Amino acid sequence: MNPALRTFLILAALVVAGALIFPSSYYYRVGTLVWINTLAVTGIVVLLGYVGLVSLGHAGFFAIGAYATAILPSYGVPSVLAAILGAAGAGLLAAIVGRPILRLSGYYLAIATLGLGMLIWMVLSKEAWLTGGPDGMTVMGANARDLFKLVGLNLRSAESWYWVTGTFAVLGAVLAVNLGNSPWGRALRAIHDSDVAASSLGIDVAKAKSMAFTISAVYAAVAGALLALANGYITPEVGGFMHSVEMVTMAVLGGAASVFGALVGALILTALPQVLTVFADYEHMILGAVMVLTMILMRRGLVPALVDLAKRRRK
Amino acid sequence: MTKTKLIAAGVSALALSVASPALAQIKIGASLAVTGPAAFLGDPEAKTLEMLVEEINAQGGINGEEVELVLYDDGADPNKARTFATRLIEEDEVVAVIGGTSTGATMAMVPLFEDYEIPFISLAGAVVIIEPTKEYVFKTPHTDRMACRKIFEDITARGLSKVGLISGTGGFGKSMREQCMSVAEESGVEIVADETYGPNDADMTPQLTNIAGTDGIEAIVNPGFGQGPAVVTRNYDQLGIEVPFYQSHGVASDSFIELAGDAAEGVRLPATPLLIPDQLAEDDPQREPVQSYIAAYEEQYGESPSTFGGYAYDAFHLLVDAIERAGSSDPQAIRDALEETEGHAGVTGVYTFGPDDHLGLDLSSFRMLEIQDGGWVPVEQ
Amino acid sequence: MSELLQFLVSGVTVGAIYAAVALGFTMIYNASGVVNFAQGEFVVIGGLTAAFLIAMGVPVFLAAVLAVVAGTVVGILLYRLAIRPAREAPLVSLIIITIGASIFLRGAMQMVFDKQIHRYDGFSGETPLRFAGATILPQSLWIIFGSFAVFVFLAWFMSRTRAGRGIRATASNRLAAALVGINTRWAMNLSFALSAAVGALAGVLSTPVTFTSYDVGVLIALKGFSATMLGGVGSPQGALVGGLLIGLIESLTAGYISSDYKDAAAFIVILVVLFVRPEGLFGKKLTERV
Repeated sequence: MNPALRTFLILAALVVAGALIFPSSYYYRVGTLVWINTLAVTGIVVLLGYVGLVSLGHAGFFAIGAYATAILPSYGVPSVLAAILGAAGAGLLAAIVGRPILRLSGYYLAIATLGLGMLIWMVLSKEAWLTGGPDGMTVMGANARDLFKLVGLNLRSAESWYWVTGTFAVLGAVLAVNLGNSPWGRALRAIHDSDVAASSLGIDVAKAKSMAFTISAVYAAVAGALLALANGYITPEVGGFMHSVEMVTMAVLGGAASVFGALVGALILTALPQVLTVFADYEHMILGAVMVLTMILMRRGLVPALVDLAKRRRK
Repeated sequence: MTKTKLIAAGVSALALSVASPALAQIKIGASLAVTGPAAFLGDPEAKTLEMLVEEINAQGGINGEEVELVLYDDGADPNKARTFATRLIEEDEVVAVIGGTSTGATMAMVPLFEDYEIPFISLAGAVVIIEPTKEYVFKTPHTDRMACRKIFEDITARGLSKVGLISGTGGFGKSMREQCMSVAEESGVEIVADETYGPNDADMTPQLTNIAGTDGIEAIVNPGFGQGPAVVTRNYDQLGIEVPFYQSHGVASDSFIELAGDAAEGVRLPATPLLIPDQLAEDDPQREPVQSYIAAYEEQYGESPSTFGGYAYDAFHLLVDAIERAGSSDPQAIRDALEETEGHAGVTGVYTFGPDDHLGLDLSSFRMLEIQDGGWVPVEQ
Repeated sequence: MSELLQFLVSGVTVGAIYAAVALGFTMIYNASGVVNFAQGEFVVIGGLTAAFLIAMGVPVFLAAVLAVVAGTVVGILLYRLAIRPAREAPLVSLIIITIGASIFLRGAMQMVFDKQIHRYDGFSGETPLRFAGATILPQSLWIIFGSFAVFVFLAWFMSRTRAGRGIRATASNRLAAALVGINTRWAMNLSFALSAAVGALAGVLSTPVTFTSYDVGVLIALKGFSATMLGGVGSPQGALVGGLLIGLIESLTAGYISSDYKDAAAFIVILVVLFVRPEGLFGKKLTERV
């Protein structure tokens, strides 16, 4: 089966399955967060899984999407257009700074992306006249419920956001799989193996890296816009360092090489804190231990490890 | 199909963790920043609630019904707070919620409580929480605007007017800075210097040097909480600055004096009576709650309570009082009774709510204190 | 003029703390190629342990020594339990492991200690010293001299001692080092122990000035990481200069431009430096070891 079609079918089935078994709005709420995170992490998969570039600043792009969606409507821009402008703005910024930043590698790339993310975070926390400062701001406008009312469905708010974000996550995943299997995706993988070998194959390495960076920034920004709309309130912490780390962790935990890794990583790190409320005092220790142990025992992430296991069983 | 199995397992784990037996009759929810950047505030709040629930159940509960507290740690993250608010309403089926240590977490939860019609008492400072008034949303702490007014009142009473601000860049400091700027003119003071510092900064002498070097500077005000204000106070002392120095209610606890040491001598701040339990007049309505709270908290935890714990104390007692008066634990009845609260003496102040006033405090509940010989002394006015 | 002097004093004090943290980063990176994001946790462990011991009545210098020992033990455990099993893992996995370890340690400290803010009195009292219109706390001098001492010690240790040369050899080629009879495992243990000791010492020295609490490690690690990369990862001179530079940039920006954007100024300088010199100020070219 065509990989993009397979991805579509599996993920769409999961979105529907969730809706069938969820007993309350709370589950839809957690499901919504899983899909938003899946979308953001899919962008990390393009950057880290396909090309092998580490960004510790992607929360900055996430925040640009979120804040554009929060700020622009008060200047008369409709929410949907605001979200699109936010995504475009994040993409533009990534394209501009991508070239010089992506000449760096390893830990130098990590500090440069981290610095970029921190700068965005700082602007959002300091410029209170625009962003409400560290206390955050209310996101006016869009209500997903109204969208479904147009087609005669009366859903609860949490439920309607679940469907909207699920749709975006599925579309984002299909797009990423398609990208990965295009000639351009193969070029990216060649760069992942070796910059030098890739350029000797005639690949414009700098351009390809910058493209991947831009695309992953747009993913993060769209996810940010969705979070802003679904939450109705945002603070600069969506652009903070720990959020960047969280996105990369989700990707690596699940397996950065595939969009299924993005989903599994997003699911675990979103659901785990909800399960761990019972052990509130130990939450951080458990979370930290899970991160360390997964990386030691399943270096390529959960999904590849499980696939290997399944293959070995079959033999 | 390993993935589906895994997800199914995850979902059932989720289900397991939230299925708790329905022993209690009255379920009260809380979402507080027990960890994270606002843990300094949220930790004593959580401890206070846990202590009070234990206490009230030992006395036979509310209206003879046992109380159960469902408490989540949102780490001051609005995203988590909104999820926990959904969980409290939908899964735990609480009748009222206390919480939102930070303004961000509070504001992320507010629309849900309005939507589901569940009474909610916030422990965060900002004015936006209760202005405009929201039907189901109340709060117990003074607003930062009131703190600014109180400080400026004291400054002008001393015949001074030119003020330098040095504010923390966290939510508390930033928000209070904005409020101080906006009420400066009407309060008759002029902000002549405006500096900031990060919550974990080690040294603020450059900022203070600039403020001290500003022409005509007559007083310095430091909005912020946590360790920042203590560092600022030490730097103020180190630089030998002479003009009067004001802290905010954000540091109104004994630990501030411990951290700032001798440098804190002469510092003034607006605070709740919680800091001066023995200096309250015999007929002061707050004397009884203040003394009993301090005694109970010290016995339970071996440390003195903070102003922030006091906000939780008041929120809980306001709620208990409302449920008792309503004679029912129906959320709507609780809300209506809360709004009719009149003259309820808490540790923060005496609350009188009304349809347009969901804070119910005025400036008189703030006491201007000065640190003298390592203790708190009320300023005569 | 006295203003400038005060800004410089402030910058050097803060910069010395960053430098000490950066030196810890450098030590581990040199031996293992790992940038340890849990480095800030060593600083907190040092500070909190000292604070608790001093509050219990233990004499200051004994408490300081015990705090450094506690940090060192945690450093060795970190290496054995989290880093060694993950040897040869890709860079991103190592970043996640050390960040995971820092989250774990934060959770552990919240249990072992508490969530309050702690400090103790400076080693040589609290009376500020005044000169030429500027003031400095005696403890700041402890911090500044402590950082320089650590720098001098590490530079001497790495180039002049057998153990230090063993660490460097292990770093450049583990197999070859093992073949010429160097105990590479011991060298790695030693580098983590030293790095943790340096971090804990930084915590012990700085807590009277900066205060400490269980969750400040991330911010400390971020500053230290920035200083390390500005100077060029792997170079002790780079760590020292990077740390001092960031401290000075922050205090001068706060003093002359805007305290609101002093942290931003540090990051802008880092980005500009990396655009011009992708290997940092003192880094060697082609240090890529991923």
